[in-house]
Amino acid sequence: MIGIIDYGMGNLRSVYNALDYIGQDAELITDAARLPDYERLILPGVGAFTNAMNNLRSRGFEAGIKSHVESGKPFLGICLGMQLLASRGVESGDTTGLDIIPGDVVPMELGPQFPTPHVGWNNVDLSYKHPLFAGVKNNIDFYFVHSYHFVTLDPKAVLGITDYGGPFNSIVASGSVVGVQFHPEKSQQGGLAILENFATWDGKC
Amino acid sequence: MLKRRIIPTLLLRNGRMVKGKQFREFRDTGNPVTATRVYNAQAADELVFLDIEASQENRGTLLGIIEQVSKEAFMPFSVGGGISSLQAVRDLTLAGADKVVITTAAVENPGLIEEAAEAFGRQCIIAGIDVKKEDGKYVVYTHSGHNRVDVDLISHVQNMEKMGAGEIFINSIDHDGMMQGYDLELITLVSEATTRPVIAMGGAGNFQHLVEAYAAGAHAAACASVFHFGDNNPPRARAFVKNAGYPVKTV
Repeated sequence: MIGIIDYGMGNLRSVYNALDYIGQDAELITDAARLPDYERLILPGVGAFTNAMNNLRSRGFEAGIKSHVESGKPFLGICLGMQLLASRGVESGDTTGLDIIPGDVVPMELGPQFPTPHVGWNNVDLSYKHPLFAGVKNNIDFYFVHSYHFVTLDPKAVLGITDYGGPFNSIVASGSVVGVQFHPEKSQQGGLAILENFATWDGKC
Repeated sequence: MLKRRIIPTLLLRNGRMVKGKQFREFRDTGNPVTATRVYNAQAADELVFLDIEASQENRGTLLGIIEQVSKEAFMPFSVGGGISSLQAVRDLTLAGADKVVITTAAVENPGLIEEAAEAFGRQCIIAGIDVKKEDGKYVVYTHSGHNRVDVDLISHVQNMEKMGAGEIFINSIDHDGMMQGYDLELITLVSEATTRPVIAMGGAGNFQHLVEAYAAGAHAAACASVFHFGDNNPPRARAFVKNAGYPVKTV
């Protein structure tokens, strides 16, 4: 069973629908006390970093997420959920993140020929082989929509790179945790393949 | 590299899919949920649904369609038509819409764009602008092309960006359904006035027209007739655009 963390940041139905479509059992989790019941967790979300962290904290999710990750269970962050893995975010305030993967989430500041949000289909160059991307061709396109990006000083944490007015980190990974800046639930076959891999991944690389 | 998007657009009226010319003379073009299944199988980049006769009675029908679509379409999709409150945005996103297109209310109450961008993130909010050329000047219309309004097009575009719209969806009423190509002058004018991605709509009759729209400054080309009335589909459109030198999605 996959748990989708519902912390009041946008519509989670599309993640649920995608898992349902590929035949995976999933549930939305609104009660933090239930986090230990799930072998796998997904943290989705759209919106601003500061609001999101405030919501996660006020609903008591932070400790449960950390103990899930510390016990080596699989964890997937999507879009804002990927950014929240960082140590710090600066969107509408300066906020401490979940601090699971070291890094800062900062605005994409590009020239006028690169409008933000970075919206649309863009390819991801995988830095190394990872079980979550088994059977997924390198450099296929995924659907992105975001205005901030994840900057990390730890090169080992970067699993995928995408170019938009320069390279940025589109996948971060560490142990049983993976964060994707794009939306696998909106990325057709390639995206559904990642979710399918996540459903059977044991969290080891 | 970011790819150029090709966005099939489905106009809805009383739960059916229709297509007209210059916002009139609508013809029935089928069931929107069936069409969505086909576009999903063809890996369309994105879809836009516009309810052209948005009313209280239609709202339930629209939400029902969007819920069905969200179970079958694993691509982003936007919904527009009669959205005039935060509650409407909330209802549509909860039904599964990734983004909303706000057109009439964006003129009547620009503050709604700001509130919606604040509440749902600007990536969720598309400002729709319907435009007609009159005596050589672009004029903004609301209410599905029924009401002429006295706002300057460029100021309106810039105000939408300032209010927090994530994308600008520009629709030429004159070119709509005529299949003679986009209003390229309009696309250039608007894309030079904003730093937001511009989606161009109105006039695509063949794939060369999409290429012309990109050359004029569009980040995405929305089209309806070209797919409804002809032996065309998104994979063929992508192949054509790619051969013309613009990057498209690799499946």
